[in-house]
Amino acid sequence: MKFFPKLGAIIWKDFISELRTKEMVLFMCLFSFLILIIFNFAFGSSLKFEPGMVAGILWVAFVFSGLTGMGRSFSMERDRGTYQGLILCPVSPWTIFLAKLIGVFLFTTVMEIITIFIFSILYNATVLPFLVPLALITILGTLGFTAIGTIFSAISATTKARDVLLSILFFPISVPVIIASVKSTGIILSGKSLSMVFPWLKILVGFDLIFLLVSYLTFAYITEE
Amino acid sequence: MLLALYTIFIYAPLEKTMGVIQKIFYIHVPSAFLAYLAFFITFVASILYLYRKDSKWDTVAHCAVETGVVFCTIVLITGPIWAKPIWNVWWTWDPRLTTTLILWFTYVAYLMLRRTVKENQRANLSAVFGIIGFINVPITFFSIRLWRTIHPVVISSRGFNMSGPMKVSLLIAFLAFCFLFFCILMSRIRLERSKMRVEELNEIIGVMNIKK
Repeated sequence: MKFFPKLGAIIWKDFISELRTKEMVLFMCLFSFLILIIFNFAFGSSLKFEPGMVAGILWVAFVFSGLTGMGRSFSMERDRGTYQGLILCPVSPWTIFLAKLIGVFLFTTVMEIITIFIFSILYNATVLPFLVPLALITILGTLGFTAIGTIFSAISATTKARDVLLSILFFPISVPVIIASVKSTGIILSGKSLSMVFPWLKILVGFDLIFLLVSYLTFAYITEE
Repeated sequence: MLLALYTIFIYAPLEKTMGVIQKIFYIHVPSAFLAYLAFFITFVASILYLYRKDSKWDTVAHCAVETGVVFCTIVLITGPIWAKPIWNVWWTWDPRLTTTLILWFTYVAYLMLRRTVKENQRANLSAVFGIIGFINVPITFFSIRLWRTIHPVVISSRGFNMSGPMKVSLLIAFLAFCFLFFCILMSRIRLERSKMRVEELNEIIGVMNIKK
């Protein structure tokens, strides 16, 4: 088999198992919905629509609920005992990684679309005119943090303290991508000129590329036992 | 070390505006440099481990992280002590400060990872994390720098305006700290090796007991 059919097969497997249980997306959506509400309680009536601040809230919702989904992508395989099968497949570790990443990325994106919708209602934010740049930033940012999350999910799935370890490993490394995404979302939501976003866009793209490269080079060692 | 203490507290003149508190500078700067050096050693040792698969490099990486975290903690403690009277706050979100803090978190996470991972995979996984963590440092620095552009680079510009004896003191403190660092690192590596040796011997003894 060529590279793409193999890749497609693994993604399809994840997709079908998700379609049957609907665990991951449902949990992520509920969790991000709750985060949006908790922030509303935390700030109370003092919360006004201030782009810099609501961009932060939005990304906290994305990243936290994304993390709950990412943690499951490899630990699920271990729990069901299918991990060995996946590793024994005649595909390169990089294919497995990429397939897992694409799966997680798609599920997270579904969650994010729903979150943005709820967010624009609850926080009274006008999202519609900025939809295209916002989508671009969201895609790049999500790619960045799901790439790290997928590597670390594979690492932490081998341990006992999975979820705790995943968040401890994940957050220090994801600082640049979170800062860049929050900042550029804030700039977009405030309706300033898009040229201000470029320095952040560069960081996002650079980060995505570097982390895809690093995972390409190192993922084989993670699956080794 | 004694010579360094002497130069720090007696030889080096008091800084005019900052007074005694400036002395902490001689501890702060070498520690910061050595923490970065330690994490760089980890980075190189992790790559060498994945390349050569020699457990020697894994030990070096692990010990360098431990030593580096100690020095990084010294930096993060001495920094605020100096900053409180000088900047009038314990902490500002300056790029350098924030990056160092993130660095500290990253390598504490490394130690947590080593603690929880099963033995047969420990070396591989922590080497991967050691590499990722170090690559991330410059990106974090740039993104934070962009995030807080207004802050002047307080620390590096001050380094040039020092009087002669101060420079000498800093140099001596630097050498003393380097010496201390390598002593700690070496003895830590030796300790780890003898630990492995003890485990091996225990296994042999266990096997012999079973045979009896």
